[in-house]
Amino acid sequence: MSDNFEPKIVGFMCNWCSYRAADLAGSARIKYPPNVRIIRVMCSGRMDPAFVLKALSLGADGVMLAGCHPGECHYIDQNYKAMRRYYMLKHMLRAVGVEEDRVRLVWRSAAEGEQLAQAVTEFVADVKKLGPLEWPDNWEENGQRLKALEDIVKEHQEAMEVN
Amino acid sequence: MSEGKAKGKLALYWAASCGGCEIAVLGIDTKILDVAENFDIVFWPCATDGKVRDVEKMADGEIDVCLFNGGIRTSEQEYMARLMRQKSKVLVAFGSCAHEGCIPGLSNLDSKESCFKTVYHDSPSLDNPQGTVPRTVTEVPEGKLHLPLYYDTLKTLDQTVPVDYYLPGCPPEADRIWDAIVAILEQKLPEPGSIIGSDTTVCDDCPRTREEKKIKKFYRTWQIKPDPDKCLLEQGILCCGIATRAGCGALCPQVNSPCIGCYGPNNGVEDYGARLFSAVASVIDSQDPKEIDAIIKDGIPDPAGSFYRFSLAHSLLRRSKLKGKDGGAKVAADAS
Repeated sequence: MSDNFEPKIVGFMCNWCSYRAADLAGSARIKYPPNVRIIRVMCSGRMDPAFVLKALSLGADGVMLAGCHPGECHYIDQNYKAMRRYYMLKHMLRAVGVEEDRVRLVWRSAAEGEQLAQAVTEFVADVKKLGPLEWPDNWEENGQRLKALEDIVKEHQEAMEVN
Repeated sequence: MSEGKAKGKLALYWAASCGGCEIAVLGIDTKILDVAENFDIVFWPCATDGKVRDVEKMADGEIDVCLFNGGIRTSEQEYMARLMRQKSKVLVAFGSCAHEGCIPGLSNLDSKESCFKTVYHDSPSLDNPQGTVPRTVTEVPEGKLHLPLYYDTLKTLDQTVPVDYYLPGCPPEADRIWDAIVAILEQKLPEPGSIIGSDTTVCDDCPRTREEKKIKKFYRTWQIKPDPDKCLLEQGILCCGIATRAGCGALCPQVNSPCIGCYGPNNGVEDYGARLFSAVASVIDSQDPKEIDAIIKDGIPDPAGSFYRFSLAHSLLRRSKLKGKDGGAKVAADAS
């Protein structure tokens, strides 16, 4: 694997804490790798696992989820639902051969800009070690497919001529 | 229904499927005579003596409606899907296989090599001392013999050619098939691209009593004797009714058997399995990460088979990761 692989990472962050932590990291000029494309969601509980699967299937190498610490959710207990879905999602990903470490859930409050930057730095390093995912390549048939289709067309045309 | 009106042309074809959909068509019973009254069945290899070359000789769009069941697993099936698309005005993905890949699509959890190994070498009921496997090309003195190419990944019909309508179900229920045929005859079809069916879930048809869902432990069907009146999911049995389109009349839950999701997702759901496991996971009755993980791992040993039993090939990930020669994804030489 080439050393200059830069993973594409999608980060879904909660409006009330982690997204603000990222803001804080920015205004405090804390450096962290630019690999994460952050998408703001209203709550980590809004995170449909389909978002993660979609990101991976469209070419993301990793997905980071970030929400308020357990017990501190703006919507009472929705981050616990995020937690449960996260473990179910990892269970599912293992079943289809995706390294479960490509998805990570972290809890960061609005005051934890530095901790958020650190979590991103660690996650980027870990995904780098895993290498590219390149999921869409998984379902492309190899070059034999078009040849096989051509053969059928040719065979059928020949059969038509006989009749 | 039609008096002296010119008959339409109807075709039925099957690809990677079990044949249940063909039988389901006959499940409409004597109404099949009404179908025959309104349509000339121009091609239906399972029931009538039609040849592919008859279809090839037709003009494009000559067939009014083609009900196509089965997924696309071989080059021959892809050829037929393209042919039926070209010759048909309306192409209907009929049944779960054509719609979502269904059970044949579960082989996407493994590779072609592994499927061949099981089927032609390891199966206990097999007698194959010479280890014969089908080959795409075989040379004989008279020339070359061809067999269709077996694909690594089963694709659904709409991943292969554009599809006008979907009729879900494994197999579609006879009443729903008849509703669709009537809609076609009366030209009251919904917008192209839609699924012909209802817009609610199996839960809405299920007579069981529902209260608050909290799951402390998942049970497999043989581990528990379910209460016949209470919601199965509330009893810890993984019932897929919450995410599955209605249309069957909740047949399975009424006989103490959980819904397994054959009618597929409701409108607007991109990934059936994700919708289902998201909902199921969120009602696990614990706030402790370790306990949550244990409840999931103990209770659902086969998540892909449980949540994507009918829809793996049509899911966002489509298949499991192929272990190619380069250790990761294989090289795709075919860009089409």
